[in-house]
Order: sequence, then structure tokens, then C-alpha cells
Amino acid sequence: MRELMYRDALREALDEEMARDPTVFIIGEGIAERGGSYKVTEGLLAKYGPGRVRDTPIAEAGMIGVGVGAAIAGARPVVEILYVDFAMLGMDMIVNQAAKFRLMTGGEGRVPFIMRTQGGTGGGVAAQHSQSLEALFYHIPGLRVVMPSTPADAKGLLKHALRQDDPVMFLEHKHLYMTKGMVPDGEHIVEFGKGDIKRAGSDVTVIAWSNMVPRTLVVAEDLAAEGISVEVIDPRTLVPLDRAMILNSVAKTRRCVIVQEANRRGGVASDISSIIMEEGFWHLDAPVEIVAGLDIPIPFNLALEQASVPQKPGIKAAIRRALHLEPAALAAE
Amino acid sequence: MGEPNAVANAPSREILEKIFRTAYKIRVFETEGIKLYRQGLIRGYFHPYLGQEGIATGVCAALKDGDYIASTHRGHGHCIAWGADIKKMVAELLQKETGYCKGYGGSMHIADIKTGNLGANGIVGAGIPLGVGAALANQIRGSDAVTVTFTSDGASNNGTFMESLNLAAIWDLKFILVVENNQYAVSTKIEESTRETDLYKRGLAIGVESHQVDGNDPLAVYRMTQAAAETCRKGKGPVLIEAVTYRHMGHHVNDPGKYMPEEKLAHYKSRDPVDRARADLKDMTGITDSEISAMETEIAAEFAAAVEFSVASPEVSAESFAAFAANY
Repeated sequence: MRELMYRDALREALDEEMARDPTVFIIGEGIAERGGSYKVTEGLLAKYGPGRVRDTPIAEAGMIGVGVGAAIAGARPVVEILYVDFAMLGMDMIVNQAAKFRLMTGGEGRVPFIMRTQGGTGGGVAAQHSQSLEALFYHIPGLRVVMPSTPADAKGLLKHALRQDDPVMFLEHKHLYMTKGMVPDGEHIVEFGKGDIKRAGSDVTVIAWSNMVPRTLVVAEDLAAEGISVEVIDPRTLVPLDRAMILNSVAKTRRCVIVQEANRRGGVASDISSIIMEEGFWHLDAPVEIVAGLDIPIPFNLALEQASVPQKPGIKAAIRRALHLEPAALAAE
Repeated sequence: MGEPNAVANAPSREILEKIFRTAYKIRVFETEGIKLYRQGLIRGYFHPYLGQEGIATGVCAALKDGDYIASTHRGHGHCIAWGADIKKMVAELLQKETGYCKGYGGSMHIADIKTGNLGANGIVGAGIPLGVGAALANQIRGSDAVTVTFTSDGASNNGTFMESLNLAAIWDLKFILVVENNQYAVSTKIEESTRETDLYKRGLAIGVESHQVDGNDPLAVYRMTQAAAETCRKGKGPVLIEAVTYRHMGHHVNDPGKYMPEEKLAHYKSRDPVDRARADLKDMTGITDSEISAMETEIAAEFAAAVEFSVASPEVSAESFAAFAANY
């Protein structure tokens, strides 16, 4: 095991898979000589040359579409989109082309296309550079939605993404690139659909992904001091979703809180909650709690930005409510 | 504009015959297909390629095995010209398990990856980046394959058109963009869609070798594509070819096309691409009318056999659907 930063772990995955498979290539804005805004692709141009590491013009629909076409034709493209917000320019290619091609061809055609991008708040980059849009992709049949929270998961999931045949929305978080974590030596692959128990506990299950994982772990540590044992589950991939891990944990703790940075309405947390209600209802001793972003665009002002997405006190309060240590929240309106 | 490097010698009888057979096969497929549609055997959309046969025919005759094509919602002609199996095409239109897409795709989604057919597409303009992507994949693999995307005047006003062609240009891809200018985006005439109706000029604006050709002259299209493919294989692509044509009817089988002026329609029908291919074959090879008529009979019989095969084919299987639904 070595300690690596999230961005270095991602680079290691790209480097290893590019060395292994000559059809893997990367395109994106400023990813070649500049090494990408988050330095994930730094050094890859020198190692693999301008054929396989290419800068693009600012043309998201074009570059996403070209990636999808290359994937259909049998290559393994990684298209880096600076912000998930910008992926909206390429939604036809993701939703109408990549996600549907396998079905439309009766299963003959596959689309091993990877869009690497990042989302989330932090840094005061305002409403068009701060969104958490996983629910859009989660809703579309045919896409795989991956949201790593640690360097080890980032590396293992990206390597798996480059060895499977379906379109992957690989959603990183702008706050995680500089975070550190232990990464196994040698070949390290994390298969899709396998969640990870980031902290074992017995009193309450908290499901969180991406940047909400480290935030929830801090809360869990605080609550441990109060004698509350929190189990933190990171699904790691939202599609496919590790339902078994979630339901087993809820059956054990009988209480569940779901934390998502994305705004509440129509979100993934709501869907996971509905799965628990349908398949785990009889295990529950309390209503499932959802801690989510407000249903507004992200404001620039720091205090307002923070008020728009889940913070530690809100997560802690929800956990305490699930344990009946605080009164249930009254419906707002 | 100016002609590309001319291919001086007249085409062989083999090529002329191939061009006629292909154009005629598309004509039969669409004409007979519309009858099946009217009988209720085909559901959904059916966008006939009638009147535009010269383009797919001429382009595909100039390509090689190993090359790629990407098509449009009006894609039957491209598939046929690419050498598709008529049985599997009809079976797909009849939503059968034996169709190209096992009944999951239908008219607007016929694809055959194994032969380099990246597929028809229900989204206007979407085939352009997909084709450029295939060309990029081939460049990275070191292949000399050429990719052709068939697109249209309608798509030329979509952002994907310039975004993707520009990517093909900055990366010198072996890519040919064939703009079938049939002068209508569904029902909106080209003069209402753009101020500059010579669409090849859009390529010139971003440094792409671009030409205009009479899309109703299959041989002219063939020659121009041959030159374009040669340019691409030398690493000097991409190339844009605007092929001017006109539909013989409305946008799809249920569109009467009343917005198409009768005089203009008559003008283009008098310059029918299938007739042109037949005349070229006769004039340049001295082939007899009875030989031609034997070819036509053979093609009609092939279509009839495809219908018989498709009607007799099994319905889609519940098992394959369950597999999709469980793991998509």
C-alpha cells in the first residue's frame, strides 16, 4: 500500500490501462500539454504521444460524440469534460446515442465510452460550475454511473471502466483531487456494483457517495464519542447499485440516512429510499432520512453555497432523528 | 470549387453494373416497402430514399471493405448500397428476431458493426460525430480505413456539423462528409434555413477540401468519392461532398409533401438517378435491354424472397427481452 492523492490514483489507472491496451486514448480541453485542470493527465502526453492524448477545441457535443463514435468502432476513448455542467452540451450523444446503441442494435453493438468529469460545490465557482448532476445520468437506462470517494476507489473503478463495454459516466469531485488515501500496490481493480463499507457500525446506516463520504465519516467519528455507532456505506457506483449491501446493512441497523450533495428533488437518494421502503420496510424502526442539497442553483456567496448543500450539522441532526434522539423534522410546507 | 483530381478512365462494366443494380435495388426496396407499410405490415416511421439513390450508390461503390459508414433516419439506401442483406433489413422492418437488430431498432436504427455500418440514426446530425469518432479510432489503430457519414442539408444547421467536421480537420482524419442536399429539412425549404444554400462552402470556411456534385448522377458521385477517398488515404482528409438532389415524395410515407412544387418535382423526376444509372450502363457497355431486364427481375425476386423469409420468421423472443430488461 502507498499513500496517493486522488488525482494521482486516477492518473495511475489511465497510465496502466494505456500501457496495457493500445486502443485507450484521451481527448479533452487542456489535457495534453497542460495535463488537465486537475493535473490528472499530467505526463501522459510525453509517455503516449499526441495520437493518444489530444487537446480538443471547446466543443463538448463534438468531442463527446466523437468519443461515442470511436467506442462504437471498437476503441476505448476517455473523454475528459472540465465540469459536469459542460456535459449538458453533449447530452444527445450520451442519452440518445451512447445509452441506447446496445439495445437499438439488438445487443450487437457496444459502447465502451468513458466520460470523466467532475462536479460538486467548493471554491466559489458558482451556479454553472458547481452542480451535482448524477441523477440525470442515473435516470437513463444504459449508462453506468460511477462516483469514487477515495483514491483507491478512483483507481480501481477507472481501471474496471476501461475493461468493460458499456458507457460510463465517471463523476469525480473537485474537492477530492487533492485528498490522500492508501492505494494497494499492483493490479487494483474495483468492479462496478460492489459497494464499500467505509466504516462499520451497528446503530444506523448512512449511505453517502463522492464528497459526502468524507464529510459523513467525520460526523460518524463525532457521534462515536457520544456512543453512537454509525455504519457508512459508499455504493461507489450508483448504476449498478449494490442493493444487497444496502438492504443487509439496513436489516442490521434498522435505521437509515441517505446523504447526497445533489439537490433533493428527483434525486438518487429518493430512489434509494424507495428501494428500502419496498424491500426493507419491515426492518425499519424509523423513517428513512434524506439529507440533500436545496432545490436551487448553487449561489456564489460562500455562506449561501454552504447553506445549499449538506453540511456536518445537518447530517448529524438527521442521524439523531433516525435514532429518535431528536424530534422528527416537521414538513416544511 | 472545381473538380477533385479526375479519375480519367471510364469505369469498368463491373462498376457500372454494380451501380445500376444497387440503385435499382434501393428503388425496389423503397417502392415495395411502402406497399408493405400501407398493408400494415410495417409500423412506425419509414423515410423513403426515393429520388436520392444516386448518392448512396455512387459513394459506396467507391469505398472498400474495411471502410465505415454512418447514416441517417433516411437510411435504407445507405445500408443497401453498403451491401446489407435485404432479408435482414426487411425482417427488421417487420420487427422480427431475424432482423439486423432483432426487432429492437427498426427502420431508423439499422446498423451492422461487423461490416463497418455504424448505423442509421433517429437524431438529425448525430451521425457526424459518430463517423468522425470511427475515423479517429481508425487513425489511432493505424488503419487506412475511410469513414463516410451521410448527412443532409437539415443537419448542416445543427452544431454537430461544424463541431465534428472541425475535429476531423484538425486531426487530418480519413473522413468524408457526404451532405445530401435534398433541399428540405423535413418540410422547411433550404432557402428558409440558411442564407448560403451552397453547403459545400461551409467546409471551405474551416479549411476542408469541399466539392459540390449532382447527386442524381451516380457516376459523378462515384468519381468524386473515389477522389475523396484517395485524398483521405493519403492523409489529406477530411473531404466534404455536397450532393444536390430532391426527394420523390414527402419526408416520410405519411407526409404527402404538398409543399414540394410540382414543377420542381417533375424536373428532378426527369433526371431520375436510377434511370441515369441504367442509361450509363447501356451507353458505356452496350449491354442489351433484355440483360437489364433480367437483372431487374432478379432484384425484384430477391425482395420478394426477403418478404417471404421475414413473414415466416419468428417473433422476438421473450428471453432476449428479459435479458435486456434485467441487465441494461
